[in-house]
Amino acid sequence: MSDNQIIKVQNLAKQYRKSKTNAVDDVSFYVNEGAFFSLLGPNGAGKTTIISILTTTLSKTAGEVSVAGYDIDKQASQVRSSIGVIFQNPSLDINLTAEENIRFHSNLYGLYPYNPSFKMMPLEYQQRVTDLAKVLGLEADVFKPVKTLSGGMKRKLEIIRSLMHKPKVLFLDEPTQGLDPISRASLWGYLQEIRRQEKITIFLTTHYLEEAEHSDYICIINHGQIRAQGTPAEIKQVLLEKYIVVDAADRSVLKSELTQKQIPFSGEGPLRLDLDDTSIQDLIKQIQTPLSRIDIYNPSLEQAYVKIIQERDQHE
Amino acid sequence: MNNNFNAVITIAARDITKLFRDQFRILASFIFPIIFIGVLGTSLQANLQGSLPYNFLTFVFLGTMAQTLFQSTASGIISLVEDRQTDFAQEMFIAPISRFAIIFGKILGETVVSFIQILGILLFALIIRIPLDLGSLVRLLPFALLVSLMGGAFGLIVMANIKDQKSVNQLFPFLIFPQFFLAGVFNPIKVLPLPLLIASRIAPMTYAVDLLRSVYYSGSPSYPFTVLFNPLINIAVTAGIFLVFFTAGTYFFVRNEKNR
Repeated sequence: MSDNQIIKVQNLAKQYRKSKTNAVDDVSFYVNEGAFFSLLGPNGAGKTTIISILTTTLSKTAGEVSVAGYDIDKQASQVRSSIGVIFQNPSLDINLTAEENIRFHSNLYGLYPYNPSFKMMPLEYQQRVTDLAKVLGLEADVFKPVKTLSGGMKRKLEIIRSLMHKPKVLFLDEPTQGLDPISRASLWGYLQEIRRQEKITIFLTTHYLEEAEHSDYICIINHGQIRAQGTPAEIKQVLLEKYIVVDAADRSVLKSELTQKQIPFSGEGPLRLDLDDTSIQDLIKQIQTPLSRIDIYNPSLEQAYVKIIQERDQHE
Repeated sequence: MNNNFNAVITIAARDITKLFRDQFRILASFIFPIIFIGVLGTSLQANLQGSLPYNFLTFVFLGTMAQTLFQSTASGIISLVEDRQTDFAQEMFIAPISRFAIIFGKILGETVVSFIQILGILLFALIIRIPLDLGSLVRLLPFALLVSLMGGAFGLIVMANIKDQKSVNQLFPFLIFPQFFLAGVFNPIKVLPLPLLIASRIAPMTYAVDLLRSVYYSGSPSYPFTVLFNPLINIAVTAGIFLVFFTAGTYFFVRNEKNR
């Protein structure tokens, strides 16, 4: 076990009080410092349960969990100092302005003594708010009441707030939920920027695969159990079947050639040839029959993901 | 810098800021006391005064003052349920501070809110010329604080085990309104039939009301007619209720939040 692991989860289980089954069932994974980690799964897979346990707001039933080197039960306060959290639902006070929400947070975390106005706060605070608002494109709205902000702006505000105490890990629980595609795309840009500037570890839960695809490491979860984990490339490699689909003007000639050369194929119409370890080039070179069609099937992670979730569901 | 102290002040200040942005709450908070003092007090005074050895309006004013401090802080604490429903509670509960600091900050904030409401009632009392001794009123300050703190702890223990705002809103009046009468906010309770006597001694508001009256009337000829217990007894009971409800309420609230 290397010291580079900022989050360690071993055999984590959670059974809710009124439930007979485990919402999270024997889950183990690690997150390296500075990584962009995605916990990916459909609704109800157990993502929010895991993030709630890791952020000390929910008790676990069994297992060992440490965040930033601290045990989540015995050193909850140190864990809380080391993390920033963006919850699934915005946790802003809509009766206050954006800056008042940030100030509340900063005072609550003991960064600066309480002061009743922005101008009375130390310059360091004012500078940090201004800088972060600039990075997130929220400069013009910092002093507006939260009530008047759009969904995307609220999310940005929460990100600014969660970064005030310079956490080591930023947890985001489905942060783009309810955002339009444009806000969603811009939020990702900002997050990458923040990650670069603040050198922070990002722990994301999402059910959008295209969001997870940008991460360093993905853990796919369903029914409280890990279904697959690895880098996006590894997940693709291990779990995706690659094949080509070919056809010829005279299909029977093609079929007999393939049979003769012991190249396995399937299908009656266009023929499917599994690639396994052979490269496309080697495979095509062996075929003499003039081909009328070659389709390379190189599925997206999205298709692989849907398949993983569906296949395992059917087996149960 | 002590983080927990700073957190208490921060949480308290939020509730005060919110009060000033919620004019409706300020207005609504004056309605009850004005009815109690202005309507009930004045009419009872007019009909009973001849037979009473003390000024009835002063008596009702002090009762209403204690009741307002108690009820305002209690119902203010209930807003923690609202914070929980709007998810703002999460923001407080992931902060690296003591859970007791969070709850105490909330109670302290609502205590200050209740004091602001008292100013309005006092103004009304002066306008309708209720005879009040200013020196005795100033002497009430630390005890008024204790009454508010107990009210906050009472609100906490009520809401600690309840999940949603609707249930709290339905239950709360049942727990508060009977106490108006049992605690003698505007009715003398020197003499009570046994069942009411027992209920009256169980109601926490009784000690809140009697604490303020026992301090205010201390040394005055009205004391034996208006006060139930020695101020020291009232202080001990009020502080005791606060400590027990605050400790148990915080424990249950946090446990219910985390052990779902």
